[in-house]
Amino acid sequence: MNAEERKTLEIFSCKARKGAILSTFNAKSGHPGGSLSAADIYTYLYFKEMNVKPDNPLWEDRDRFVLSKGHCCPSLYAILALKGYFDFSELESLRHVGAMLQGHPDMKSTPGIDMSSGSLGQGISAACGIALSAKLDKKDFRVYTLLGDGECEEGEVWEAAMFASHHKLDNLVVFVDCNGLQIDGTTEEVAGVEPLDQKFESFGFHTVKIDGHNFDEIEKALNEARQIKGQPTAILAKTIKGKGVSFMENQVGWHGKATNAEEYKLAMDELDARLKELEG
Amino acid sequence: MADIITKATRESFGEALCELAKTNKDIVVLDADLSAATKTSIFAKEYPERFFDCGIAEQNMIGVAAGLAASGKIPVAASFAMFATGRAFEQIRNSVAYPNLNVKIAGSHAGISTGEDGATHQCLEDIGIMRTIPNMVVLNPADHYEMIEATKAAINYDGPVYIRLGRLAVDSFNDPKTYKFELGKGITMNDGDDITVIATGLCVNEARKAVESLKEEGINARLINIHTIKPIDREIIIKAAKETGKIITVEEHNVIGGLGDAVCEVTSSECPVKVRRVGVYDRFGYSGPAKELLDIFGMTESNIKKVIKEELGK
Repeated sequence: MNAEERKTLEIFSCKARKGAILSTFNAKSGHPGGSLSAADIYTYLYFKEMNVKPDNPLWEDRDRFVLSKGHCCPSLYAILALKGYFDFSELESLRHVGAMLQGHPDMKSTPGIDMSSGSLGQGISAACGIALSAKLDKKDFRVYTLLGDGECEEGEVWEAAMFASHHKLDNLVVFVDCNGLQIDGTTEEVAGVEPLDQKFESFGFHTVKIDGHNFDEIEKALNEARQIKGQPTAILAKTIKGKGVSFMENQVGWHGKATNAEEYKLAMDELDARLKELEG
Repeated sequence: MADIITKATRESFGEALCELAKTNKDIVVLDADLSAATKTSIFAKEYPERFFDCGIAEQNMIGVAAGLAASGKIPVAASFAMFATGRAFEQIRNSVAYPNLNVKIAGSHAGISTGEDGATHQCLEDIGIMRTIPNMVVLNPADHYEMIEATKAAINYDGPVYIRLGRLAVDSFNDPKTYKFELGKGITMNDGDDITVIATGLCVNEARKAVESLKEEGINARLINIHTIKPIDREIIIKAAKETGKIITVEEHNVIGGLGDAVCEVTSSECPVKVRRVGVYDRFGYSGPAKELLDIFGMTESNIKKVIKEELGK
């Protein structure tokens, strides 16, 4: 990827981070930490990887994305808005009564959301079902899903992993946002979910470890996944929870808490400065 | 009257699916290592390319079904009622019912008539569990012919459906020439005025035998077959409450949450009458031959007769 392309993606990512901070601030709730760690993956998927038509969100040959860690939707909503699925102003009413943007993704109310999710462990199973339907219909669309590393403590994830490799779902890519933190502490302290690479590998996945904030690495892993036949791919993306807002980075406390007015200003100033730098 | 067919409704279901799949190419069947018991094996044999054994992993099976439905398939996910609605409850609620996806969930080995396997496998809560989930339709067919029509209706309906299947072979009592299945509509099988008996599943035939035999004693009870527990036929219940003043419900389920409660919910707000619920009184079952258990738990003809007479003071 050339520098110009990379910069364009970084601008979208930065705007997505701003959207996550803005929407959770207005909602006085939500999940900024994981929204920031996953922002670069969403950006790459929607602006480089996936074949979608925002003006025809239910186009049947589209690539699909299932956000298995549904709580990290604020930055995904921002990306969908930037992609043109709906107006960016919708983010202002996230989680409000009557809002299009629900606290967790709702495929019935939000254009661009391919599957309702929010209860951890369930999205990956639905992604398997969608990938299986593509195989049944001999369609070549691809299916992407994003899990949290904490989410991998759910048993259903491994039921689904077994299913995906048993049915040779090579049209499925499972991202894991490995930010190392969950509500009660680090993933290491809480349940020792690692080593995830060895787990996915032993479940029959083609497994890659990357830096989840590096677009070149994301690109390389996804291109590699397209070449793999007969097995699904797991991309374990090492990320920083709260990435892009210095006081949130690697802090457990920013899992499910919105900024107050002062913190909001600090966060937005920081992101605005970054955006200005990028846009020159 | 048509020939009596003695067959478990799970088998009728498996056959019906197979028949429907001939013309409906969107039907895809999933099972969780119980296809020989749920009888989806009949479908699997005929349409192996549209059958997926998910292994002993019900939660994932329901999620996969949701994904298939989100891509336009009509997935039918089968397991024992206990594991389908119990183990995978939350997947059904959040991945299927919340987005209102077109998934059919078949729960076999429901009720005390599961028999020898005992309490862990005798699901007495499935109707209650499924009934509390918005968007969910709940069906409990009573005999071979009703199961065939109910399966057809479930497939033709666009949305989530739970359909309860029995393990025990039961006699048919409906006549396929005249039988009509209408989703959400009860069937008045005997139009008496002394009292009303509302039954569901295999209890319908037992109630029918009880009502028929009481005619000889001059008792004319109304008999209603409720195959659709949700949405329940409010009209037929209100009419029966008004016209007969007393209702007995009969089901192979915990009295908490099942047909009896569904009927009470209608009568208590529309036409309060006494409702006596025959069912399992908030307890677990135990091992034993199905027919003996049905007798012990009071779901057969003799006890239903006794209850009707008690309620009429005879």
